[in-house]
Amino acid sequence: MSTLTTDRQDERLQNRDGLRGVLADVLERARGGDLGVIPVVVGLVVIWTVLQILNPIFLSSANLVNLTLESAAVGIIALGIVCVLLVGEIDLSVGSVSGLSGAVLAVLFVGQGLPVWLAIAASVIMGAVVGWLYGQLFNRFGVPSFVITLAGLLAFLGLQLYVLGTKGSINLPFDSGLVNFAQLDFVPAWLSYTFAVVAAAWLFASGYLHARERRRAGLSAKGVPMLAARSVALLAVLAFVVWYLGQTRGVGWMFVFFVALVLVMHYLLSRTKWGRSVYAVGGNVEAARRAGINVRAVYTSVFVLCSTFAAVGGILAAARLAAANQSSGAGDVNLNAIAAAVIGGTSLFGGRGTAFGALLGIIVIQSISSGLTLLNLDSSIRFVVTGAVLLLAVVVDSVSRRSRTSHGRA
Amino acid sequence: MTVLSLRGISKTFGAVAALTDIELDVAAGQVVAVVGDNGAGKSTLVKILSGVHPPDAGTITFGGNAVEIPTPAAAHRLGIATVFQDLALCENLNVIQNLFLGQEIRPLRLNDVAMETRSWELLRQLSAKIPSVRVPVAALSGGQRQTVAIARSLLGDPKVIILDEPTAALGVAQTAEVLNLVERLRENGLGVIMISHNMADVKAVADTVAVLRLGRNNGVFDVDQVSTEDIIAAITGATDNAVSRRVQKGARS
Repeated sequence: MSTLTTDRQDERLQNRDGLRGVLADVLERARGGDLGVIPVVVGLVVIWTVLQILNPIFLSSANLVNLTLESAAVGIIALGIVCVLLVGEIDLSVGSVSGLSGAVLAVLFVGQGLPVWLAIAASVIMGAVVGWLYGQLFNRFGVPSFVITLAGLLAFLGLQLYVLGTKGSINLPFDSGLVNFAQLDFVPAWLSYTFAVVAAAWLFASGYLHARERRRAGLSAKGVPMLAARSVALLAVLAFVVWYLGQTRGVGWMFVFFVALVLVMHYLLSRTKWGRSVYAVGGNVEAARRAGINVRAVYTSVFVLCSTFAAVGGILAAARLAAANQSSGAGDVNLNAIAAAVIGGTSLFGGRGTAFGALLGIIVIQSISSGLTLLNLDSSIRFVVTGAVLLLAVVVDSVSRRSRTSHGRA
Repeated sequence: MTVLSLRGISKTFGAVAALTDIELDVAAGQVVAVVGDNGAGKSTLVKILSGVHPPDAGTITFGGNAVEIPTPAAAHRLGIATVFQDLALCENLNVIQNLFLGQEIRPLRLNDVAMETRSWELLRQLSAKIPSVRVPVAALSGGQRQTVAIARSLLGDPKVIILDEPTAALGVAQTAEVLNLVERLRENGLGVIMISHNMADVKAVADTVAVLRLGRNNGVFDVDQVSTEDIIAAITGATDNAVSRRVQKGARS
């Protein structure tokens, strides 16, 4: 290139183009503590290798199909946790809210005989109201979010038990569309491949249009070969996943729904003003306030989102089990959701993380859970291992944060 | 041409008269340094101009019209931009994201190309030395952060820009960079109010110096015709003060 683009004129900048440059950039960033998805991917490979050696069924198509279906419910809850963590707060009550949501759904749908869509809508609205309540308490009284939501954890667990009544368990009819959706609905092979092709084509098209716009504005942009390589890589990965899962049952609609939510959240967080303000509030609340951002509205919106996702996750969990009972949302649901978000690279200190983190994180968590179940290990050991992995993720977060500070990358 | 002028501004906090009968004039393309000891009322003055506190009495004339500045947003609308001492940047966001924070172009589908182009324009206008606008602010030096904060205040095309202690936390080279920046603002025809403690900086870039002492005007000087000693005397209220005594002691030994 004879003339330098506007953003590459400073002589101190090292210009790295092409695939080699990208690799060099990634290496450099990792050294500076900006690890991105590297620890998750490495962790996943290690976990899969170990579990596969211990039990050859683990990486079988049937088990992986099961794994994707099991991930969806908690993964959606983790997606909400990512939003709350991004503003530097926490929601500890997602498990209880998901359990309550399942109970409300079952009581309205089975107990009261309402149409299923109405029961679902009621549960989701219930979740949103809970989040709104948290937002109000947080904004008006300035109570730390972990205390509010800890109170919520207990209160909504109580409410769940009350709603379920003395029976304590309500079965959902197997022939309902909801249970079908969670257990039996799979994307036909041709449609799965179409999704993969559309995703790759869309990645290329949006990248190409963006690069063209940048070039017109006199800024540096990715070249076509680079964009094509990226799309082909995505297509290869997706096609392989679809093919491998297709050896048995295929890709579940519930998992597709989860991935769709991840994509929507990714767009909202990275490409809208609201997303920017979420990151800004997590980075420096005072700066955000002075920049004219309505900080209270941002807090309320993330609490509402988180509880709503928890409710949606609760509905899917109930549908997957075809029942809502007293232990729905209890036990490790809370911690699994938070662990998934943190393992996926969302910082507990606020301001860092992505929606895709929830997807990666939940696959790690669910792999451990599924692998240990296959080994016939007791849930006691499963808890210990999951706890250890969460601790490891938090340590990686803290260490990379320290390293980032010393390398000048927030 | 005077852009901003204050007449008879007073402000009390309870029993304390923070400002009494203050006068101040700022013209386009003029750098006015406001100096004074701790508690002289500099910060209160900044807060009145940036809309944080309303004054109790007095008139503010902006561009020939009497105005009121009840809120920070009102100050912004008038064209008075303030860069506070702590800069208020988000370290996890990059330069573009910080510059456009709260005023992003196309809220539902951010137009990052337009924002990046405009960012470069702003920085070039300030002849700022920032290698890349895509690095998080955490990676920038103190002087570069000050530059980003000043560039951000320029986004709304202000007429007057208030800098609160812009060089307080900076090293020698970075201070020089920021002083260059202040001169650039003046060349661009902005009125600049610079709060400072540093006499060398004041002498270097200011056109006039307004001294506050105990909440009152204690003289407005033309920088070319006043010595540092005279300014210090006006700040402390005496020719025989701690600073002058130290100077004499140094001369004797």
